[in-house]
Amino acid sequence: MSEIGGGAASTGVRLKVTGLEVRLGRSGPDVVRDVSFAVPAGEVLGLVGESGSGKTTVALALLGHTRRGLRITAGQVMLDGIDLLALSPRDLRAARGARVSYVPQDPSSALNPTLRVGTQVREVLRIHGGAEDRTAEVLREVSLDPTPEMLRRYPHQLSGGQQQRIALAMAFACRPSLIVLDEPTTGLDVSTQRHVLETIRGLCRSHGVAAVYVSHDLAVVSGLVSEVAVMYAGRVVEIGSAGRLFGEPVHPYTRGLIAAVPSSERAEVLTGIDGQQPRPGRRGGGCSFAARCGYAIDSCATQVPEPVTVAGRSVRCLRASDIPATRLDRLPVAAGLSAGAAPVLAVRGITASYGGTPALSGVSLEVPPRTCVAVVGESGSGKTTLARCVAGLHTNWTGEISFQGTPLAHGARQRDKDVLRRVQYIFQNPYTSLNPRKTVGQIIDQQLEQLTRLSRRDRSARAADVLGDVSLAADVLSSYPDQLSGGERQRVAIARALAVEPELLICDEVTSALDVSVQAVIVELLRQIQAERHLALVFITHNLALVRSIAQSAVVLRQGTVAESGLVEQVLEHPADPYTQRLMRDVPKLRQSEAEEPPAGSRWGSAI
Amino acid sequence: MVTNAPTAAAAQPTPARRPARRPPGRLLWAAARTPRGAIGLGLASIIVLVAVVGPFVAPHPSDALVTLTFGKPSAHFPLGGDFLGRDVLSRVLDGGWVLLIMAACATVIGIAGGAAAGVSAAYLRGISDGIIMRAVDVILSFPQLVFALLLLSLLGPKLWLITLAVGVSHAPQVARVLRSATLDLSERDFIKAAELQGMRPAKVMRKEILPNLVSPLMVEAGLRLTYSIVIIAGLAFLGFGQPPPAPNWGTMINENRVGLPLNPWAVIVPALLIAVLTIGTNTFTDAFARVAIGVDRRPQEAVLIDNLAQESGQ
Repeated sequence: MSEIGGGAASTGVRLKVTGLEVRLGRSGPDVVRDVSFAVPAGEVLGLVGESGSGKTTVALALLGHTRRGLRITAGQVMLDGIDLLALSPRDLRAARGARVSYVPQDPSSALNPTLRVGTQVREVLRIHGGAEDRTAEVLREVSLDPTPEMLRRYPHQLSGGQQQRIALAMAFACRPSLIVLDEPTTGLDVSTQRHVLETIRGLCRSHGVAAVYVSHDLAVVSGLVSEVAVMYAGRVVEIGSAGRLFGEPVHPYTRGLIAAVPSSERAEVLTGIDGQQPRPGRRGGGCSFAARCGYAIDSCATQVPEPVTVAGRSVRCLRASDIPATRLDRLPVAAGLSAGAAPVLAVRGITASYGGTPALSGVSLEVPPRTCVAVVGESGSGKTTLARCVAGLHTNWTGEISFQGTPLAHGARQRDKDVLRRVQYIFQNPYTSLNPRKTVGQIIDQQLEQLTRLSRRDRSARAADVLGDVSLAADVLSSYPDQLSGGERQRVAIARALAVEPELLICDEVTSALDVSVQAVIVELLRQIQAERHLALVFITHNLALVRSIAQSAVVLRQGTVAESGLVEQVLEHPADPYTQRLMRDVPKLRQSEAEEPPAGSRWGSAI
Repeated sequence: MVTNAPTAAAAQPTPARRPARRPPGRLLWAAARTPRGAIGLGLASIIVLVAVVGPFVAPHPSDALVTLTFGKPSAHFPLGGDFLGRDVLSRVLDGGWVLLIMAACATVIGIAGGAAAGVSAAYLRGISDGIIMRAVDVILSFPQLVFALLLLSLLGPKLWLITLAVGVSHAPQVARVLRSATLDLSERDFIKAAELQGMRPAKVMRKEILPNLVSPLMVEAGLRLTYSIVIIAGLAFLGFGQPPPAPNWGTMINENRVGLPLNPWAVIVPALLIAVLTIGTNTFTDAFARVAIGVDRRPQEAVLIDNLAQESGQ
């Protein structure tokens, strides 16, 4: 388990990738370069990294496929001794599905919405010469009950978890040698995610399938895989056994990623990685990470690091031997709660519905001054509806919402400008919350123009100030949203809210569209701003682990009702409600030592 | 290839900000640079040039009887004479600009009316949506030409009325296209953000929605211009246009068709001009639509390649 790459016995290795290189066009810059790893039968390799690191490009290349405009220019993908990249298009097509299969991120778009799921599973078996009567068996393997009703359903009649199981069943149907999973649990609730992960691990073990699991979620990967490859700017920067790599990371980038993962067990300050990954063609002559690296020395900018073996793993870093492989220590968050004061926001017994569908029933919560209250729950629990009711975006509710002691009108249109100014809302997706046809300066100025009486000069001074508060440079004022990264956009959205000096900030899943490293930066930014400006904060999230780092109290929502509420430590450490207990048990935790290695078939293998 | 300086410049965390670049100017220019766009723009420009410069270079007054009825082309009268013996070349050169102005005005009316109706129907929803879109359905149920003829026969053939009638008959199609585009936009969070600022609906539509509709608006404008030209020329052919002595490409086709065997140029040339103009505007619109869609829905890789090309060109 502790050998690097293809160190395992040659008979056990099913997949061996060497020197894989993918370029833009025929001779354009490389998107992915020098990627090598090996996966033994029955094992899962995790491929992790931020968005844009090339992990999906590698995953697709394993199937001999590239996205439009890309081309595999070098390397081998040896599967059971046969190079997939050397096959003729016809042989490659036959191999896909039969010997290599793929599970995409979004099962709802991968399944044909006009065909019954039974038909789709049978089709896979028929095309690749399997017996069609194995349909039932294949479904049972993924813990689906192969009743005739089930087979007759269309994809939209299944839940997200069931859809993903169908996709898994189709991928495993023909007993492939290799299965490539591209973030198959993103978008699933934690409990469903856990069950799907157990299914994947069990199937790989029992059928001796080699699997490559692509994910940005380190906690998920750490519980599933035996070996991890960390990708950055198209190269594997660190590869080794999961326990060692997550417990004692060496490469500064891996260290940064792990420091950014929130923990559900301890309240810790999250440290993100500032800056942005260089895009293909702008990766420079030296180490691509040098510009963001705290350990960088002069030669990092000029010399491309070659992989070296340190502490049982392979690392691409010039200073690999200088950096001690140690567990990372993180600062605890100082907890403080002002008790007794009149609440800034009080929600009493609100009931809301969309059309005829109830979304909330009798939800109450209070936000004391200078406090961050986290509202957590799975998708469909009504947490976003709650936020929208408070903000005035959703008007179909009954009950009472009072802000600083005064009841709020239902819709934003009925509220006066002063209330609109004092309650600010930050949207989930920074890619749609900023008008693409306006510059950042115009976006912030419009907010000030609408909600304050400042003169033009004061407005532009305020805009510049507030950009500084969210650590953005002043030149951002003249750029358009599409010139900014996701993290930068979310900072602009935060700056827009802060510009009018609000008293209550509602953050609706503000980090769910962002990378873990960026999420950490944004959460830390919000935490500091809240402390400095004495803001009351409502932090909506599905990520229980994140709650620990930012909130003082938490409200757990379940199907539109409050399942549990209280101080964060109490709710997360001693959950009273079975629902919270289940959520806490299922939330993926970063496995940080060799000892926590899940033994084969015991903790995970129970699904089949 | 892009040369990477060994310094950290290439790995700069924040990429150098590109200079401000925004539609429609950039998109129009990009469309004009595609082969399709260049051909379309070229064809349309030639005809516009003929129509605009024509009146100043016409060799004879357009209503002077200077040659024989359906006279054959000669050195003096390169395109021969028309049914009254007037110079066809002079009439062709004189007879375009009114048509062009009318088509442009009709397009502006159609786009403005259609955009106002479509955007407000989609953004306001509810009763406004119902009333506006049912009205649109009523107008749509008449064929465009019939609708224009109906208005003209009720109110008499006046140029402003023809322009207005054609413009109004365009509005429903424009309204439909823009309504669906606005429906999509209204659900975006930046619209909600504007509502949370207490912005009035009229201002939301003007300041937040409209700037994001530039591409569909331009495509519609090009398409409607093409139709306007065809319909207005068609109405002139049917006798609803400028009164007789005035030259008009549409009217000329009708007037001179009896003399087709004697002097075909009196019919062919105006017909050709109308055809080339509509083909030109339509081709350019098509090129613009392709570029606009490409920009809006391009895969990430294509954007990368473009950026690289731009940088290496500097």
